[in-house]
Amino acid sequence: MAMIAIGWPNWRRLNQEGIVFAIAILLFAAAAIGLPGFLTADNLVAIVRSVSVLGILALGMAVVIIGRGIDLSAVAIMAMSVAWYLQLLNTGTSDGLAFAYVLAGVLAIGLFNGFLVAYADVPAIFVTLATGSFVFGYVRSQLITQDAVPVPQGHWVELLGGVRFLDIPVEVFVFAGLAFLFFLFLRYTKWGRYIYFAGDNPVAARNIGVPVRPMLVLRYVLSAFVALIAGLLTAASLHSINTRIVNSTLLYDIVLVAVIGGIGLSGGRGGVRNVLVGAALIGILLNAMTIIDIPLLYQNLIKAAILLGAIIVDGIINPRDEQTAQQGDI
Amino acid sequence: MTFRERLQAWRYNLVPDHLVGEILTKRWTDNAIPFLALVATLGVFGSIIPGFFKLTSLQESTRQLGEFSLVVIGMTVVMLGGGIDLSVGSIFALSCFSAVYVFFILEQSIWLALAAALAAGLVFGAINGYLVGYLRLRAFLTTLVTFIFGRALFDILVTTYAADVQLSQASSDVLDFIGDGTFWGLSVSVWLAIILAIVTHIALTRSRPGWHVLAVGGSRRSAHNAGIRVRRTVFMTYVFSGFCASIGGFLIACRLSGAGPGTGLNLEIMALTAAVVGGVSLGGGRGSVVKGLMGAIIVLTMTNGLIRLGYGTGTNQMVLGILLAVAVTIDIRWLKNRHKVLNEVYVAPVYLRMGETQSAAPGSGTPYELDNRLSAADHIGLGELEGPEDVILDRDDHLYCGTRHGEIVRFFAPDYIRSEVFAHIGGFPLGLAFDKEGNLISCVGAMGLYSVSPDRDVKRLSAETARSWTSIVDDARLRDPNDCDIAPDGRIYFTDSTKRYDAHDWALDSIENRATGRLLVYDPKDGSTKTLLDGYRYTNGVCMAHDGKSLFFAESWACRVHRYWLEGSKAGTAECVIRDMPGYPDNINRASDGNYWMAWLGMRTPSFDLSLRHPDMRKRMTRRLPQDEWLFPNINTGGVVKFNEKGGIVETLGDLSGNAHPMVTSMREHRGYLFVGGILNNRVGRYKIEGADPNWTSPASYWGGKP
Repeated sequence: MAMIAIGWPNWRRLNQEGIVFAIAILLFAAAAIGLPGFLTADNLVAIVRSVSVLGILALGMAVVIIGRGIDLSAVAIMAMSVAWYLQLLNTGTSDGLAFAYVLAGVLAIGLFNGFLVAYADVPAIFVTLATGSFVFGYVRSQLITQDAVPVPQGHWVELLGGVRFLDIPVEVFVFAGLAFLFFLFLRYTKWGRYIYFAGDNPVAARNIGVPVRPMLVLRYVLSAFVALIAGLLTAASLHSINTRIVNSTLLYDIVLVAVIGGIGLSGGRGGVRNVLVGAALIGILLNAMTIIDIPLLYQNLIKAAILLGAIIVDGIINPRDEQTAQQGDI
Repeated sequence: MTFRERLQAWRYNLVPDHLVGEILTKRWTDNAIPFLALVATLGVFGSIIPGFFKLTSLQESTRQLGEFSLVVIGMTVVMLGGGIDLSVGSIFALSCFSAVYVFFILEQSIWLALAAALAAGLVFGAINGYLVGYLRLRAFLTTLVTFIFGRALFDILVTTYAADVQLSQASSDVLDFIGDGTFWGLSVSVWLAIILAIVTHIALTRSRPGWHVLAVGGSRRSAHNAGIRVRRTVFMTYVFSGFCASIGGFLIACRLSGAGPGTGLNLEIMALTAAVVGGVSLGGGRGSVVKGLMGAIIVLTMTNGLIRLGYGTGTNQMVLGILLAVAVTIDIRWLKNRHKVLNEVYVAPVYLRMGETQSAAPGSGTPYELDNRLSAADHIGLGELEGPEDVILDRDDHLYCGTRHGEIVRFFAPDYIRSEVFAHIGGFPLGLAFDKEGNLISCVGAMGLYSVSPDRDVKRLSAETARSWTSIVDDARLRDPNDCDIAPDGRIYFTDSTKRYDAHDWALDSIENRATGRLLVYDPKDGSTKTLLDGYRYTNGVCMAHDGKSLFFAESWACRVHRYWLEGSKAGTAECVIRDMPGYPDNINRASDGNYWMAWLGMRTPSFDLSLRHPDMRKRMTRRLPQDEWLFPNINTGGVVKFNEKGGIVETLGDLSGNAHPMVTSMREHRGYLFVGGILNNRVGRYKIEGADPNWTSPASYWGGKP
């Protein structure tokens, strides 16, 4: 057995992550050969940069999905929290106070999501669908006046967008740092391991004494905070935040990154590496499509087709476990 | 009686607490919350929006409501089958475009446009159905993805063909009528929604495919085990949803004469919210078309109302989010806790002060004095029988008794060693009687009145009586038919012990002590069942008097025996002949000496008698204590009592050893022996009665000698 492990890859252990990674490399090679201007330093940085925000959001989503949940409110929290923050700044609220408000708001939504899922036993999909809709609607109708809110001149968020190190924009480093932190959290901390236990079999986890419900709340709070960070980075690079992003397909891109990387929707499987692989594939794909000049509408169609394929494959590789599936777990 | 006790008596006997529990058992209480929400929504928006109820305003909004309702009906059916369809918005939009394309660009007839719209919806629905039904993917995410896919496709198509549609000259009267016209004051879309709602409702509640959908939604695995084709059923629900959404899309194509980027936007979350707000359960199995429609009206009124009140962008989403979160949470909590609440409030004890009784203690010298005679009885079928509640013997001396397993077992004369299952009825056969033709009539607990012919044909005689108008719980159903006897004219008089509890919950009925027992009569001539008397505390044994002009019946929890007159000046009335016995009476049967045998299923205890004067205590007890710690009637000792025509007690037999017949539910005299049965016993006893007529048999006493 040891020989197999050292020598040729064990084909039986070839999983979705491996396949996707192989496809990503093939695609990369094909694009490098076939597309002029793909294999330049600028373009490679652009690829990584384009998936940074997506990848950060996918990290938060990954933690929730591993724990057998889903957070459909991530994009709404991302856009609306930052939009509110910038609106507060633009109307003259002091930076500290504004940030405290937004932080409290994000925390409240995360707690609310987690509470309803954990303690009221409401399916995560419906809770987060509802809170996402509410967050967008409330902030848009009550707290801000326009779809897009600009970053005030000279504010640190604007400056953040200009920070570069070795010609690489800051969000790439933030993505890398967060990915490393999440890796440590999921792999080496007790609470991180709890997420896998609870995701694999919530009832068994509860029976061995894992605080399943508080951990559930923690995951949604974590996801909400990650969304806030992603929103700040978006605002930093674009100098404004457009709340219409909530109605775009960004949310599905996040799920796509997580699922296509091999994080099973039935929970308990996957990790940061899967997010990176998924982000790589999507980044290369989007970049290649942009270079070939496929219109955005068709890109959406292609992404949807890929996501559908990923979900079908996921359904075949990780079939639903009827024994541990919850009532209303659809 | 102290003042405090009198207050308690008033409080618990006059306030109808039991109605709360009875209302909660009704399925329609599920509809109450959405219905109230509907009334409140219409009231609030109707009063703050001027002209809300004006005809023109209503016509415009109902047109939209018709389209939306169609989509919600489809969503409801999918949700009843345990799934969810988030792609309805895309299907709606694509169908709309298909119709527009065929009509305006290809300039074909409107009917071809309709066909195109339907085809688009059915194909899309079939794709969803295949993925979710046959490939068993997760409904939510799968339809979410097909939704994005369909939306992307629609956006591409609309941007490509928008200009062509604008320039098209095609027009049609039919299209204008569907889009703008009315028929008997209602628009076509409303008519279509009404028709589809009625058809779907009938299909769901009264047809095999509809039941299959509900069964799959209620419990997938059970449905599979029952032989239902689960995957195909799920597939069909999505196809149906696609069909509904495509009709909606066709209607909006007619109304707007085109398709725009806003067509069907946010429709999926609106439809989902509508279904859930209406009370269609997530996870399937519970809900109805009517609920979906109520939700549709609530959601559309709220969103349209807010737009007309001038609230800005985003308000819709905010309100939908709140509605969805609240409705889903209520739905889940209600589903989880309904039976708990029901258990808490259903038992509503009443006050009763039992009369003083004579002692039954050995050596007390009263006529009720228990002795040890029954412990000497022989046993029949020891260890083979479980729960012979009643025993009876036929003309050929064979012995019959019911068992817990729903069977009637026959022991063969003369030694009663050999036995066979005479008939299988189901339920729990309790009281037995032979009619003139030798049919065995049985009161089957939880089922009704049954007849078994000598050829073992089982026939149901009656399972219901007339429904009374004032009762909330369904009192037409026989819940606990207990004992029967047959008048000389062939009419079968029988008791139904309680209206509020099933047969196996007799202990709860005793704790509640509400008087809901009945005496009924079944007339074999026309097959009708009539309620003769109502309002007794657990009516039990019935026995025709020797002259056939009256009958005796026992009222267990009140420890009384009544006489009901069939003929004479007092016909149709009952009078109490024995009151305040020390034991709880069960079956009553004739004795050879012109008297009557009566079984005692248990004995009164001072503690339980006291608890009957404290309904509050019993209420707390049933709520807070586990069932095996409840105080309820003592059924560990009983006996057999002989009483005469006037109600005077002749003698009492008991088993003080407690080994053979601790509790007795029935006894039957036959050729000088007394055959004794007990509902919790594992045998039938045979006791030799001293000085009894060795030739007297019950069939001969009822129907004369052998023909």
